Amino acid sequence: MTHGTGNLSGADFPRAALPLLADDRLRRNLRHATGTIRAKRAAVVGEVDDWEELREAGRAIKAHTMRHLPELLERFEEAAAAAGATVHWARDATEACAIIGDLIAATGESEVVKVKSMATQEIGLNEALEARGITAVETDLAELIVQLAGDTPSHILVPAIHKNRGEIRDLFRAAMPGAQDVSDEPADLAAAARRHLREKFLSAKVAVSGANFAVAETGTLVVVESEGNGRMCLTLPETLISLVGVEKIVPSFADLEVFLRLLPRSSTGERMNPYTSMWTGVADGPSAVHIVLLDNGRSAVLADEVGRQALHCIRCSACLNVCPVYERTGGHAYGSVYPGPIGAILSPQLTGVAANRSLPFASTLCGACYEVCPVKIDIPRVLVHLRQEAPKSPVERAAMRAMSWVMRDPRRYARALRAAALPLRRRRTLRRAPWPLSAWTAARDLPLPAAKSFRERWKEGV
Amino acid sequence: MSAREEILARLRGALDGAAEAPAPPRPVVDARAQGDPELMAGRLRDYKAVVHRAGPGELAAVLGGVLAGVGVLAVPPDLPEAWLSAHSGRVLRDPDVAALDTVDAVLTGAAVAVAETGTIVLDAGPAQGRRALTLVPDRHVCVLFTRQIAPGVAQALARLRPTAPLTWISGPSATSDIELSRVEGVHGPRRLDVVIAEY
Ligand code: SF4
Repeated sequence: MTHGTGNLSGADFPRAALPLLADDRLRRNLRHATGTIRAKRAAVVGEVDDWEELREAGRAIKAHTMRHLPELLERFEEAAAAAGATVHWARDATEACAIIGDLIAATGESEVVKVKSMATQEIGLNEALEARGITAVETDLAELIVQLAGDTPSHILVPAIHKNRGEIRDLFRAAMPGAQDVSDEPADLAAAARRHLREKFLSAKVAVSGANFAVAETGTLVVVESEGNGRMCLTLPETLISLVGVEKIVPSFADLEVFLRLLPRSSTGERMNPYTSMWTGVADGPSAVHIVLLDNGRSAVLADEVGRQALHCIRCSACLNVCPVYERTGGHAYGSVYPGPIGAILSPQLTGVAANRSLPFASTLCGACYEVCPVKIDIPRVLVHLRQEAPKSPVERAAMRAMSWVMRDPRRYARALRAAALPLRRRRTLRRAPWPLSAWTAARDLPLPAAKSFRERWKEGV
Repeated sequence: MSAREEILARLRGALDGAAEAPAPPRPVVDARAQGDPELMAGRLRDYKAVVHRAGPGELAAVLGGVLAGVGVLAVPPDLPEAWLSAHSGRVLRDPDVAALDTVDAVLTGAAVAVAETGTIVLDAGPAQGRRALTLVPDRHVCVLFTRQIAPGVAQALARLRPTAPLTWISGPSATSDIELSRVEGVHGPRRLDVVIAEY
């Protein structure tokens, strides 16, 4: 079994969570944002009479797809190639970065525009390109915020969820040319981003994207987005390179019905997202179309009978938005580009549990994630399954259990946090956290990670 | 072994002995089913599109009103002349991207629409032009005939040719990236006008 590489693991969860738990503003931002989205989702999901049937259809289509993945991938490749696309295969993050880097280098360009893509973050593409002298410009608003701040994403859908409008205004004023006077009105901030990126879109020669779905029957790729930055990148440049995880396949064009109905309502709480693009090989946009199919540990996930359902994920982020643990720690504590409940089951499986031992414990097993998941991934069941696999010393096992016990009860949790926060503000290292987090720190002497070291670790992972 | 062969071999190995997972039964879809124009109009308004209605024979007159004040208008190469009979501004047929960035609006038709979600789908077919045309200008005026409205996503998909370049549009461009509330107007057209025309 060959596991994945890239930005999929960081510090142990409890250790990474401690300083974040002490950040009151972070928790306020998260509570506000996830509260808003939970209400919107509930309203539009309530409108759909056959929601449960839809979820079941989503689950069944994905289960069927995974069972037949090799044939479906071959079919996709054949159809996409027949339509003029060039299909590449990448075993892991390093190979994917090399393929994409070579394709860009062959065009002679030193700057590319990017549509938000989890897969490119997973493989650490921007850093790999930077090392080759190629600048990747993120064009999704939240990605742009994160990139301007030199930060890392903390949510699958809204990577800058941890920042409020005032922080974004300050960042734009400081880092975006011509935005010194921007206000903290979201419409104003969006307009500043529009001005900032316009010229880049109109002059870009190469774009890099991911894809939400890849249709085996027709060789079609699908990108679901809101802002129009996706359309810009998919339409205007001469060369388009799309990185697609092998699990993004759906068998037929008609299957898109189920996912186009499940995804927008689950992710942004809309009946439909503003823009969805579908293209098959070379169409009326870029004349050179490349598709890079990525394994990077997915085949290892597929081998686990219980865990393989993690590959059904359509990255809607509903499970993050309802998770009591995510709401308190934010995404950075998970140390992987995939945070929250889905990250807690996907990251350890992609890397192998040994490289991500604490994540299966970063949950209270409350089950809220399973209830909202549009493709019915039984996250609690997979967590319990992975906990049994995690190799641990008895002391660590006790510590993990203590962590889960604390997280199971909001009041217990809040108390532990307050206790943990006090010494943190005064010291740079933490020898002993107050009980019950002490059960964890007893296992090891902890230097407290600074926010920056996350990014460094991510880079090292490439 | 090539990466392709190796990945396919890994996946086959991972599935060794896996139980069959049957495809779910596919519901029968009536591609000709008609969607409700009233529902379509309401859904469009929910997402801040401006909706206009044109009865039989009224399209040119209604478009004349909608386009009043538009100095330079971009249109696809095959836009019916008759649509513009009441419009007096300058018209650019299929301009390049640089010129598109300077026009006041673009006028197109559509391929299909979804009433349930207020979505318009363009397929680069008649009266629609290539994808860049409806992307770069800041205002998109789209003519939608009532017969093009499907009730739901399934019927819309059934009416489309999968390999055409498809753009599904639901309201003006928007973002939910700041505190997860929806704000209209980012990179795509910040204003979307839809003229629902009876045929
Ligand atoms: S696991 Fe389910 S709820 Fe979570 S992001 Fe994936 S599809 Fe959405």
